[in-house]
Amino acid sequence: MLFFVVETVIKTIVVFGVFLLFCAYLTLAERKILGHIQVRIGPNRVGPWGLLQPIADGLKALFKEEVVPERSDKVLFIIAPMISVSMALCLMAVIPFGDHITLFGKKINLVIANSEIGLLYLFAFASLADYGVVIGGWSSYNKYGLLGGLRAAAQMISYEIALGLSCVGVIMISGSLNLVDIVKAQAGGHWNVIYQPIAFIFYIICALAEINRTPFDMPEAESELACGYNIEYSSMKFSLFFIGEYAHLMIVAAVATTLFLGGWHGPYLPSVVWFLIKTFLIVFFFMWQRGTFPRLRYDRIMMLGWKVLLPLTLANIFVTGLVMVLAR
Amino acid sequence: MAEVRYLTVNMGPQHPATHGVLRLILKLDGETIVGVDPVIGHLHRGVEKLGEVKTYHQNIVFTDRLDYTASMVNNLGYVGAVEKLLGIEVPKRAQYIRVIVAELQRLAAHLLWLATHALDIGAMTVLFYAFREREEVLNILEQLAGARLTFSYMRIGGVAKDLPDNFIQLTKDFLKKFPARIDEYETLLTENIIWLNRTKNVGILTKEDAINYGVSGPVLRGSGIKWDTRKAKPYSSYEEFDFEIPTGTVGDVYDRYLVRLQEMRQSCRIIEQGINNLPEGKIIADEARITYPEKDRVKTDIEALIRQFKLASEGFIPPPGEVFHSVEAPKGELGFYIVSDGSNKPYRLRIRTPSFVNLGAISKMVIGHLVADVIAIIGSIDIVLGEIDR
Repeated sequence: MLFFVVETVIKTIVVFGVFLLFCAYLTLAERKILGHIQVRIGPNRVGPWGLLQPIADGLKALFKEEVVPERSDKVLFIIAPMISVSMALCLMAVIPFGDHITLFGKKINLVIANSEIGLLYLFAFASLADYGVVIGGWSSYNKYGLLGGLRAAAQMISYEIALGLSCVGVIMISGSLNLVDIVKAQAGGHWNVIYQPIAFIFYIICALAEINRTPFDMPEAESELACGYNIEYSSMKFSLFFIGEYAHLMIVAAVATTLFLGGWHGPYLPSVVWFLIKTFLIVFFFMWQRGTFPRLRYDRIMMLGWKVLLPLTLANIFVTGLVMVLAR
Repeated sequence: MAEVRYLTVNMGPQHPATHGVLRLILKLDGETIVGVDPVIGHLHRGVEKLGEVKTYHQNIVFTDRLDYTASMVNNLGYVGAVEKLLGIEVPKRAQYIRVIVAELQRLAAHLLWLATHALDIGAMTVLFYAFREREEVLNILEQLAGARLTFSYMRIGGVAKDLPDNFIQLTKDFLKKFPARIDEYETLLTENIIWLNRTKNVGILTKEDAINYGVSGPVLRGSGIKWDTRKAKPYSSYEEFDFEIPTGTVGDVYDRYLVRLQEMRQSCRIIEQGINNLPEGKIIADEARITYPEKDRVKTDIEALIRQFKLASEGFIPPPGEVFHSVEAPKGELGFYIVSDGSNKPYRLRIRTPSFVNLGAISKMVIGHLVADVIAIIGSIDIVLGEIDR
């Protein structure tokens, strides 16, 4: 029992620390990648290759003045970024980031919580994270914020359905909601992406909408809503939203790896390395497409979600079921 | 029945996508626009009034600041009007140089439009690509005028300086690679399904409306009307150049986008012809009472010194009368109306700026669309607040 507690605490601290570090450096990576796509250099002043830039950004945010609008709903206004970031960080708990290692003669699974309903947990907490955005926009007593919050509510809820449905095929194949089991079922090159290629594409599209990235960055929509839900946020509260966003980005990439790309499986290299490689490839894709696509319009996004993705993901489930029955 | 209440949103004057200090009072039903009320005047500097207390030469620098993305063309419009008032002939070489720089300026202005328009719709990368090329155009113009934004390169009766030695070569190099760069933008946008979604059938301005609202430039041509001041009322030898007027069919944001891209290609053609057929000769008319003498002569020749002094201190006195002259600026038809009372300053200087008139049609375009479309439509009208507020 004691060993279990110690093991979990250590794993939590390590994963939490590393994960936050990754999130911080994702901002740098994004700026560098976008920089190279856009024939410019990106940050290069703070440290070699701008490596200290995230730290400088964080410090700067800390020292900025905290502004809480006079007529905002102050409690909710302050809680909103906390919800956003903490829920996003909680998601990491069930992601299996590696096989298992043996330390002091004990087998340690490289996942914080090997939950039987890992996937449900993921969806539940991902939905909770959206409340941060919605409440943040709503409580700031700003019309742009309100519009951003409204869009966030509508968009995230409608895409969550398609997102969930796109994963059902995987659940059907592996017969489990446990993420570790899902990964284990993909051993030996039987990656789910081979059996569920369409679901994978749908998942990526829905994930983009879920984490508010271009071309679905409606709640923010820099040019029309002047940053939308986070328009009134300053200092560390703003940074928290940002960290939450990047944490969410990492998570959806990690989940895509887990569900479709065989998780930690891969030859030669240690399992953790394989997991990170696959995750960052997807993260890179997310950043790359940001440099390519314009922003969709709000009503088109809703149309795509309800009229295209929802029926197609349902059809995918149906076909998957049909094939499974026929192949048996 | 419950009372319908609309949400009033102030878009601007501080807003990242209203291209300056334009303020739009939007009435929203959800996200649908039911009313729009543009409020202008935040950038008013009184250029027209200032024109009445400055001599004709001094006014050239103010025209730079109208549409600051196209100061060459503004210069051209103003000096053209004064020349018409004076009735002087501009040397052929100066006319050709004017055409070349005006078209280079049009490229720079359209590139700036493309960059910001694409950014407004979310295509961030196009911004940097277009700025890369704009930088090259500005470098070429910098060789010529020493400035990069406010050139003040034109003079009444000609231009300030002859082309520098490397100008032709730089321009040729640029023209060689630029069409491929336009193709690059088109790859990113023209057939991009999201771009089509955002721009097709958005902000339609029908032919009739376009005429009734008096819009000009790419906005008018996007609605399918073949009107270009360069062809309709040629100035500065434009009649000797061979180019087409691209037009749209529907009059939506997408058509205006295509028209401007085509115009860039046409501008390349004009510049090329200008360079190839550039005549030799003087770059400024030799009118002792109107144009400045050459700088070298001022230092050695007493008559030239007196001429320079008289022009700089007093200016020249045109005959009384009034004149209207318009040119095709990147944004549309830019007109100058000058009334002279026989003194050394204009009695009235009225400027007909295309952005001001084009903005007037905005309510026709945005009502019934969504908030996101407002941004796309403002971008497609291509307004510059410097010339709306003057």
